[in-house]
Amino acid sequence: MSRDRIGTSPNRVGGIGRVTGSQQYVADIKLPDALEVKLVTLDVARARILSIDSTAALAVPGVHAVLTAADLPQPVPRFGPQFIDRPVLADGETKYHGEPVAAVAAESKDAAEEAARLVKVAYEELTPIVTIADALAPGADLVQDPSIRPNDPLAGTNVLREHRFGWGDVDATPADVVVEGDYTFPMVTHFAIETHAYIAAPDGDGISVWSTIQHPNWLQRILAGVLGMPLAKVRVYAPDPGGGFGGKQHAKYEPLVAFLALRTGRPCRLVLTLEETFKAVRRTTTQVHVRTGVMSDGSLAFVEVDADYNIGAYADIADRVVAKGSYPAAGPYRIPAVRILSRSILTHTTPATAFRGFGNPQVNWAVESNLDAAARAIGMDRLEIRLKNVARTGDTLNPVDTRCDGEWDQSVRKAAEMIGWGSPLPPGRGRGIALGIKSGPTTGLSYSTVRLLSDGSVIVLAGTSDMGQGARTVFAQIAATELGVPLERIAVVMGDTSIVPYDQQTSASRSTVLMGNAVLSACRDVQAKLRAMAARVHGIHEASITAEGGVVRLPDRELSVLEVLKPGLGRMGGEVIGNGMARKDAEPDHPLSGSAAFFEFNCTAVEAEVDEETGDITIVKHVTVSDVGKALNPLQVRMQDEGAAIQGLGHTLMEHYIYDDRGRIRNLGAIDYRIPTSMDLPLHMESAIVENADGPGPYGAKGMSEGALLCVASAVGAAVRDATGADLRDLPLTPEVVWRALRERDRKNAEVTAR
Amino acid sequence: MTRTVPISLNVNGRPRTVDVAPNHTLLEVLREDLDLTGTKECCLVGECGACTVIVDGRSVDSCLMLAIEADGADVLTVEGLAADGRLSPLQAAFLDKGGVQCGFCIPGQIMSAHALLAENPHPSRAEVEEGIAGNLCRCGCYEQIFEAILATAEGVER
Repeated sequence: MSRDRIGTSPNRVGGIGRVTGSQQYVADIKLPDALEVKLVTLDVARARILSIDSTAALAVPGVHAVLTAADLPQPVPRFGPQFIDRPVLADGETKYHGEPVAAVAAESKDAAEEAARLVKVAYEELTPIVTIADALAPGADLVQDPSIRPNDPLAGTNVLREHRFGWGDVDATPADVVVEGDYTFPMVTHFAIETHAYIAAPDGDGISVWSTIQHPNWLQRILAGVLGMPLAKVRVYAPDPGGGFGGKQHAKYEPLVAFLALRTGRPCRLVLTLEETFKAVRRTTTQVHVRTGVMSDGSLAFVEVDADYNIGAYADIADRVVAKGSYPAAGPYRIPAVRILSRSILTHTTPATAFRGFGNPQVNWAVESNLDAAARAIGMDRLEIRLKNVARTGDTLNPVDTRCDGEWDQSVRKAAEMIGWGSPLPPGRGRGIALGIKSGPTTGLSYSTVRLLSDGSVIVLAGTSDMGQGARTVFAQIAATELGVPLERIAVVMGDTSIVPYDQQTSASRSTVLMGNAVLSACRDVQAKLRAMAARVHGIHEASITAEGGVVRLPDRELSVLEVLKPGLGRMGGEVIGNGMARKDAEPDHPLSGSAAFFEFNCTAVEAEVDEETGDITIVKHVTVSDVGKALNPLQVRMQDEGAAIQGLGHTLMEHYIYDDRGRIRNLGAIDYRIPTSMDLPLHMESAIVENADGPGPYGAKGMSEGALLCVASAVGAAVRDATGADLRDLPLTPEVVWRALRERDRKNAEVTAR
Repeated sequence: MTRTVPISLNVNGRPRTVDVAPNHTLLEVLREDLDLTGTKECCLVGECGACTVIVDGRSVDSCLMLAIEADGADVLTVEGLAADGRLSPLQAAFLDKGGVQCGFCIPGQIMSAHALLAENPHPSRAEVEEGIAGNLCRCGCYEQIFEAILATAEGVER
């Protein structure tokens, strides 16, 4: 039993299905009589659609429908989590490479694919806006028609939103040295091994939709809106996603598949290929200009950040990424003056969305790299400048936000010790250290119901999506701890909006804190009902009874839960139902509409070796230290941290979309877009945690899972700079990029020598 | 309709006869015709390893093998590993060492590991790293996967 409680690492709840292959992901679900769906797309980014001829496609045996925008309610329904801008099908003009213009439903995948190829689309290719510079050029075409952005003063531009944050007066704050630079972050994609998949089936006068979605309740709301149905008639099933990383947060093609199901009267299934998934989701790419003002004693005077994020054709949740990602851009430091300007810029590229780190890694790369430059400029050690400025518990960061909520310097010292900071290195090697901070959820609402059944076993209803982070296990551990039940007797039910109570979303590393607190309070509600039950059965006052950890204490004896439950429920059986809720309200005057529930803090340190001839980087050692408050499941914490670190190495060393000038992605799929394999890992990787039980979650936990990704690039880049002296501004640090930086270093050195 | 060809194969010890389209892969036949959905589909170009199965003792990306090429073959999928309701040593080790996060790549990882250990019962860590180099895990739990495979190999040794 004790092995199941919080603070231990029992086997993953749901693990057996995952090792036996019986776990059902969306693509594994086959409904009777289902039709297969194929998207019709154009191999261009931006095109005016002149006509669509479905005659040949409809003649393919087994084809039941070819849905085009003309078949949808008019005007074509649009949707989105932040802005109502994404049409169910391209509306007159495609806005990005792969935007569907039609969809085929057929008896078989073969028939659907054949028919999709036979849909004749006449179109006029238009010049796309691919880069930030294109979008901001005077007289540039507008990516979005101003009519879909009514009352928006920026509707006549390609800037969707501008965000200004900060405090103090940067211009009036003196600094001994000012260092500035431009940094870019590449366009990368989530590459969950499970591609996105959707099924929709008419269900009486409603509809059931299965999706690889992270936020089933949000999807339910979107579908109800687009279809004009009450929430109660839209049932969203969200089987555990096979990896999400933010890419599966929001609706993409679910409304389209729902319309097809309603039109054909049959279940319709769309499983995207990996290439189609690449065209559907990506991280925002970023250009950042940063100025760091520093005093000669190393104290920071000011930080100024201008960050332009290329968010693609539709907003999805990307503008929130921009705001929330740039907001803490100045880092976990005490700084008298900070000025941040960030902009969400529309282009004819894949709509960007949330991706682990949520806009922070992009600015971290710039700000932390520039901090190193500032340290060099004043001749100060890079660790020392960080320790000097990093906020201590209770220190103010942004004056309107949550204060420093951890002993962050402990993580920094630990990482420095683990990497051996300051000890001699062989030639060709260098070290880097970087700090990362991310605001946790700014609002949140999670409900949970815990059902104690008549045999003492427990069902936990929790609307979080377990996409690998291990939420099922943690919630079961909380119930095990509170109710004294072994994990084998606990079922955690998720992913069905008709059964499981509302959860706002699975994002921002919130679930352990918010849903965890909801599960905890539901367990406490069960305990209160057990006390009432024991009072009734034994004819004593409730106030004299306590219930915790599976033990009900009466004044004269201790009873197990079952010893209370059996006489309490009696012959008819029944159950004890506990309800719990965790809520973090919005703050209307706050620049992000809410202060951080907690901060994710991480320190990453890297030792790297660089091949001067090829530019190839070997990560000799990678250490990552996160402040997690309390590790409810230490192995899962380790796996989240190390997994995030490895994911970070992807955008640091190898991953990026390549666009051509027609706005087409040229490296779609697993051959041309590389992610870290078992052969690309650091020679040594170590993770550690700092636990001071100072978080707002159950037992002092903070959210974690993104922290270890935030500053990977910054630490690696710093190590490469340390090893070679080369100036690095653009990710990923492919051998070519590093090799060019090395030659540029040589050229500059030669210039200096020649003078 | 496409002309189909009957093939016979032995899947997880069970003889099966299927009429397959000549353009269908072994992966499609396993998942769509035989309802063995434990084998996963992702990249369809033989790069991610999610669809790894064992054909006549050799690990194969089933997305790259036409079903008709498997006529007469012995095919082992992840569903065939557990026997009498007991996990295989590899499956148990993956569970115990935490070599599972979202789980989507895991059937492929386990099948590659199975093939590796069949060929090399006592692999070094470097051999394990290389042995699953064709199996991507985006959750990044490679370390736990290595530990699971090495622990299973030690079990074999004992």
